[in-house]
Amino acid sequence: MATEFHNLQELHHSASLATKVFIQRDYSEGTICKFQTKFPAELDSRIERALFEITVKTLNDYYAEAEKIGGQSYLEGCLACATAYVIFLCMETRYEKVLKKISKYIQDQNEKIYAPRGLLITDPIERGMRVIEISVFEDRGSSASSSGSSSTSSSSSGR
Amino acid sequence: QYFLLVNQFSIQAATVPKIPAALNRGLMDPGMTECQYSQISTVASSPMESQLGKKIPKRKWQTFPGRNKFYCNGRIMMGRQTGVFYLTLVLIVVTSGLFFAFDCPFLAYSLSPAIPAIGAFLFLFVMGMLLRASFSDPGVLPRATPDEAAHLEYGINSPGSGGCRSPPRTQEVVINGQTVKLKYCFTCKIFRPPRASHCSLCDNCVERFDHHCPWVGNCVGKRNYRYFYLFILSLSFLTIFIFAFVITHIVLRSNQTGFLSALKDSPLLNHSDTVLEVVVCFFSMWSIVGLSGFHTYLIGSNQTTNEDIKGLWSSKRGKGNYNPYSYSSVITNCCAALCGPLPPSLIDRRGFIQPDTPQTLCFGNSLVSLRADCDEADDLLFFFFLLHPSLLPVSLASWPFSHDSCLPLCVPHSRSCSHLSTPSALVLESSL
Repeated sequence: MATEFHNLQELHHSASLATKVFIQRDYSEGTICKFQTKFPAELDSRIERALFEITVKTLNDYYAEAEKIGGQSYLEGCLACATAYVIFLCMETRYEKVLKKISKYIQDQNEKIYAPRGLLITDPIERGMRVIEISVFEDRGSSASSSGSSSTSSSSSGR
Repeated sequence: QYFLLVNQFSIQAATVPKIPAALNRGLMDPGMTECQYSQISTVASSPMESQLGKKIPKRKWQTFPGRNKFYCNGRIMMGRQTGVFYLTLVLIVVTSGLFFAFDCPFLAYSLSPAIPAIGAFLFLFVMGMLLRASFSDPGVLPRATPDEAAHLEYGINSPGSGGCRSPPRTQEVVINGQTVKLKYCFTCKIFRPPRASHCSLCDNCVERFDHHCPWVGNCVGKRNYRYFYLFILSLSFLTIFIFAFVITHIVLRSNQTGFLSALKDSPLLNHSDTVLEVVVCFFSMWSIVGLSGFHTYLIGSNQTTNEDIKGLWSSKRGKGNYNPYSYSSVITNCCAALCGPLPPSLIDRRGFIQPDTPQTLCFGNSLVSLRADCDEADDLLFFFFLLHPSLLPVSLASWPFSHDSCLPLCVPHSRSCSHLSTPSALVLESSL
C-alpha cells in the first residue's frame, strides 16, 4: 500500500522522487486546452481513479472557461482594441484570472489529496500547457535498508 | 536505462533525509569528523561557483534557448534580424511626419481640422499595433524539460525497439472528425500541438504559427496575430488616407495658383517631400491593402498563412477534406480571431532561474523557478526542485507553497548550508 504522508512538509523531509507521470493533451476538440482523462497505470496503486478523474475534469473545465468565446470575451476584446490594448496595463485578462484560480485549485488538491498519497501535481503552465506532470514520491524510510549499498554507489559515482 | 539511473538517484537521495545530517551521510564513511566534513565543500567545487560569485539570480530570458533578442530586461521580445523592422518604423514615421508637417496645416485651414486629428489617431493606432506585434511573445512553446523529453523517447520506444532512441516522427490525432498528423520537433523535443510550427529563423516552435514577418521583426503566431492584422489594416487606412489627402492638397493648391507653380513656388509645399509621400504611399498601398485583404480571407476561413500555402484544408486534396478548426460562420471566425481571449505567454521570460548544476545524469537539472509575477502575486505556486552537487546528486524537493510562506521555508536550508559554502547553499541564499 502507498506510504502515508501527513502533510506537504513531511513529504518534503522524508520523501525522494521516484518517477514522473505525464498526462498529455487531448486534441480531439481542436487546439483548446484539454487534458486526457485516461488513468495512467503508474498511479494505479497510489490514488483512486475517481479522485484523479475529478481533478483532471475540473482542470479541463477551468481551461474551457478561460478560453470560452462568448459575450464577456468579446466585450473584453473590443474594449481592449478600442483602447489600443493599453487597458491591459491596468487590468488583468480573464485568462489570467482563471489561471490564478487554477493555481489555487492545484495547490488545494496537492495539500488535501495528492501529498498524503506521496504525489505532487505541477501546474501545467510551468510546463508550457503541454502536460500535467505528476511526481511520484517514495518514502525514504522504506529504503533505509539500502543505505549500505547506496553509500558504496555514492562513493563510486563521487569521482 | 533511464529508470535505472532514476532508481540509483532516488536511492542516494534516500540516505539523506535532512540537510546537515544528509551531508554527513553523503560522505564515504558514516562517522566523518568536522575537518573531513569541510573537505566535501572543496571536493564539491564546480564551475557553478564562478557563476555564483555574482550572486545575482538570472532571469529566464537570459538563458532562453531560441534565437530571439530581448530588451528592457525581458519585457520586449523580438526575432533575430531586426533591420527591416527599423526600416518599417522609419518609413511610417517619416511619411507621416512629412504629412503632418507640410500638408496638415493647409488642409486643416482650408478643409477641416478633423483631418489632422483623424490622421493623428490613425498614426498612433498603427504605431501601437506595430510595436505590440513586434515586441510581444508570438506564442512560443517552451522546450521540453529533460524529464519530459526522456519520457517521450523512452516511453514510446520501450516495447522492443532495441537500442534506437529516437521517437516516431508523427502522431495522429482526430480533430473534429479530421485526421491530423502531429510532428515531433527534434529541436524542442516535443510533439508539436496542432497548428504549431517551428520557425527556423527564431529557432522556436510557435503556436498557431502564421509566418515570420521581417517587417515586424518577429514571428506572427497565436498571441500576436490580432495585433499584426490590426496593424496592416490600420496601415492600409493610413496609407490611403495620406495618399488621398496629399493629392487633395495638390489639387486644391493647383486650383488656387496653377499646377506647376503649386509645386514650385509655395514655400510651404516642398516639391520633393510631396513626391516622396506620394511615391511611398502609392507603392506600399497596393501591397499593404492586398495583404490586408488576404489576411481578412484567412481570418474568415480560420486558416493560417502556413496552412493556406500548403493547401492543407483545400478541397483539392480530397473529397472529405475540410478545416476542422473553422467555426460554423465567417463572423464567428472573425470574432474568435480578433476578440477571443488572449492566452498568456508560456515562456515567462522575466521569471528567475537558477543556473543548472553540472550533472552526470542526463536528466533532472536543478531548477528553482520563480514565475515573473512572483513579486506582485500574493500566493503563487512554485515547485522547488534542487539537486545538491556535493551530495552526488541528491534531490531535495520542496513543496508548492504560497509565496508568503516560501521565505521561511528557504531560510532554514540556507542557514544550515551556509557554513558549508556549497554551491547550492549559495544558490539558495541568492534566491532570497
